[in-house]
Amino acid sequence: MSTISCDEVARVAALARIDLTDEEVAKFAGELDVIVESVARVSKVATLDVPATSHPLPLTNVFRDDVPEPSLPIDDVLAAAPESQDGKFVVAQILGEE
Amino acid sequence: MSNEKLVDYDDAVKRYDPVIGIEVHVELGTRTKMFDGAEQGFGAPANTQVTPISLGLPGTLPVTNGKAVEYAIRIGLALNCQIAEVCRFARKHYFYPDIPKNFQTSQSDEPIAFDGHLDVELEDGTMFRVEIERAHMEEDAGKNTHVGGADGRIHGADYSLVDYNRSGIPLVEIVTKPILGAGERAPEVARAYVQTLRDIFRALEVSEARMERGNVRADINVSLRPTPDSPLGTRSETKNVNSFRSIEKAVRYEVSRHAAILDAGNKVPQETRHFHEEDGTTSSGRPKSDADDYRYFPEPDLVPVAPSRQWVEDIRAALPELPAARRRRLHDAWGFADAEMRDVVNAGALDLIDATVAAETTPAAARKWWMGELSRVAKQADVALDELAITPAQVGELQSLIDAKRINDKIARQVIDGVLAGEGDPAAVVEARGLEIVSDDGPLLAAIDETLAAQPDIVEKVRGGNLGPIGAIIGAVMKATKGQADAGRVRELIIERIGA
Repeated sequence: MSTISCDEVARVAALARIDLTDEEVAKFAGELDVIVESVARVSKVATLDVPATSHPLPLTNVFRDDVPEPSLPIDDVLAAAPESQDGKFVVAQILGEE
Repeated sequence: MSNEKLVDYDDAVKRYDPVIGIEVHVELGTRTKMFDGAEQGFGAPANTQVTPISLGLPGTLPVTNGKAVEYAIRIGLALNCQIAEVCRFARKHYFYPDIPKNFQTSQSDEPIAFDGHLDVELEDGTMFRVEIERAHMEEDAGKNTHVGGADGRIHGADYSLVDYNRSGIPLVEIVTKPILGAGERAPEVARAYVQTLRDIFRALEVSEARMERGNVRADINVSLRPTPDSPLGTRSETKNVNSFRSIEKAVRYEVSRHAAILDAGNKVPQETRHFHEEDGTTSSGRPKSDADDYRYFPEPDLVPVAPSRQWVEDIRAALPELPAARRRRLHDAWGFADAEMRDVVNAGALDLIDATVAAETTPAAARKWWMGELSRVAKQADVALDELAITPAQVGELQSLIDAKRINDKIARQVIDGVLAGEGDPAAVVEARGLEIVSDDGPLLAAIDETLAAQPDIVEKVRGGNLGPIGAIIGAVMKATKGQADAGRVRELIIERIGA
């Protein structure tokens, strides 16, 4: 049974501004489905007395000093932007959100 | 702007019990961002304080700013919270251009601080306890500017511009438990709570906490129920209310609006609301449910934060004196009446008087200047007291000139004018304007003789033992010396002269 529909893939792709063909949507739906199914299988064997593992290594408190690094130069920042204005990214109009 | 039906506020709170909840975001004043070394600071040109991490570029690895964690713990301790032995960051997913990686790094069910409380003093001195649910760490989002459209707001915008300088600035979000029992004073409690938090952030030196710059932002939840025994009603959440006055207005407006909906027998929709600064109203944002799915999961790229108990105790031991304790200490030390002290606090004069007392002035004299003449001048100029161009040290100097009898209270007002006009310190103004009290008897005697010669009838009366009219002579002499004479000395000289 498929848990990830083509509609869901198409919707997320549109939100992320990734242009996908119908063939790609179908392909990714299938691939994502395999991933989700695999995770679901792990959930089945997990028992209540085993805490969920968020991090495989027993590390805590990895901190950075509060010391500034140089900013990325503005030309590099905007290099991949389809459009920019006054040093800012131009994005499509946003409706129905705050 | 609004065509909402409203019930008069006083009527609404007679028939309904308001319950509020407040979420406050504070931007931490670290030098760099929460998870990367990009510098943060107000007013930099767009997209010049960013690294690949702030931009959410693929393949980047965030690292937690240790100073930001320390600041979060400081805030948690100041709010009487428990500090988690271990907690994790989580990804909160949503699609919006201000968050380029499509999730905000936040904390979900494991906040760094939880179960605290804050005692808030209301204007009349009543104390009100606000229970704190949690305080968690997260990062700020970028800033969208909407271009086009009728009024620059989102609806009708043609496109948006995004600046990621703010993206990744460390935030602490403080969430209250439902605030019960405030009744008709709910708006005042909400304002006083956020004001108290702002003062604490400043005292802790974790943020400049400037509301007008968005360093502190409040989301206000309001719901009504028929009686304090009823279950909680459905709430609305008014987002980004960014001044103390607006917080009060937003609560009042929502109480009036909810009451009208309930009176009509309808259900209050659970939704976010936008606050409109210009007329104090709110308008519908988006529907919201408790089941909003952000697909939270633990952030795999950041290891858990496990503050050692030793570190927490070290931070606790180094906490500065908090504002409420300081107010109590100064109140005792200064010996002001309760009402005087409240006026001082409400006028924003506490720090100024404290600094003036530190400049070797008595508390009473410091209070007299800041709450009297200087308050009057500030009010006239429509600025805050601490924005006046006079320092506590200068007020101290002014008072010491009076104490040394070099000027009197009346002349002091002219000296203040001079200092405010940028003519220098009080002593320099006295010098430059020639305001020093005339203590040389020569010019005084000349003025006295002239006055006495002009008023022989008064001289007769005084000689006859009636000292009453002497005040009129003193007044005339003071006028002749432009107020710069020591009135006591003038009196002595007049009596001597008349030989009464």
